Amino acid sequence: MKVILRNPRREVQVDGKRRVKDLLVELDILPSTVLVIRDNELLTSDAVVGGDDVLEVRPVMSGGSAP
Amino acid sequence: MKCRKCGGAAALELRRHNAAFCSPHFIEFFRKQVAEAVQRYRMFSREETILVAVSGGKDSLALWDVLIEDGYQTAGLYLDLGIFDYSRESKAKCEAFAASREQTLHVVRVAEAVGAAIPVVQPITRRPACSACGLSKRYLMNRAALEHGYTVVATGHNLDDEAATLFGSVMHWQTDALPRQSPALPSTHPKLVRRVKPLYRLSELETAAFAFLRGIDYIVEECPFAQGATSIAHKEVLNRLEEASPGAKHNFLFGFLDRAQPAFERMEGVELRECVSCGQVTTGSVCAFCKLADLVKRRTS
Repeated sequence: MKVILRNPRREVQVDGKRRVKDLLVELDILPSTVLVIRDNELLTSDAVVGGDDVLEVRPVMSGGSAP
Repeated sequence: MKCRKCGGAAALELRRHNAAFCSPHFIEFFRKQVAEAVQRYRMFSREETILVAVSGGKDSLALWDVLIEDGYQTAGLYLDLGIFDYSRESKAKCEAFAASREQTLHVVRVAEAVGAAIPVVQPITRRPACSACGLSKRYLMNRAALEHGYTVVATGHNLDDEAATLFGSVMHWQTDALPRQSPALPSTHPKLVRRVKPLYRLSELETAAFAFLRGIDYIVEECPFAQGATSIAHKEVLNRLEEASPGAKHNFLFGFLDRAQPAFERMEGVELRECVSCGQVTTGSVCAFCKLADLVKRRTS
């Protein structure tokens, strides 16, 4: 599957099926810091991904002097 | 994973609430949390028009969306920081959002007020860009609200923002900052507009999920100056704690608000006066914003 990461934007190829939570561990990403999106839908940590999936792992953290 | 309310497929898991929700029930949960915040702190009434400070990011546009959908009278305020493509894109997102919902959007150019855009100001101050940026935003939000006759400004600060600010203040024992850390800052001077944070009960993950599920087109890219910001480092520490102990951020912030903040409030006794240069509220004779603008003028002329 193709995984699109942001900030900076990059893509990684991951082979095989696994749960979202295991994928995030492999990518060293805390689950509470990203949305995982497939086909314009949010995935929960127990969803199984792989094959021809295209996933966007979108960070949710903003910083500096928000708003 | 199943939705706690309807048993359908969940879109989001909220570990700190030991729950998961489908899209419609998460949106309902989100709106209820905002309504609870507004009610608990009596943030504003339905007779007022709320000036919503928007950056083009997920939090402020999610907030504006909730308030519009709940029937509040609102207008937006976008502060153009002049940060290259980031500002151009974020401004375009705010303009598109306002136009699609037939809302007024006020735009203030920071460069006109301070004398230069944030990328020019930063090396002059020799401090992190977020410092001059935050100062300018607070000042210009208040000034714009006064000029246009708004009585309240709402910002998109979420639970993670507030917990990180509290963490930073406690790390340095900034006892002057702790009394002002509140979801609602009342007007304590005729020239000081009330400021409220209706998203303080919702995490960054939740505001991002809400914005996504509502189809809000927000800027995902980070501000280029936020890299290495102290607030980000504090958020990362708190996220590690949250991972090990869900609810840690919530307990840290809400425990402070319920039990510790009143004690610090009693300690505060600050006399407010008007800046001799611009007339805005300050604790000294010249406000910090005028000092910054004067410094920029001297260095750029």
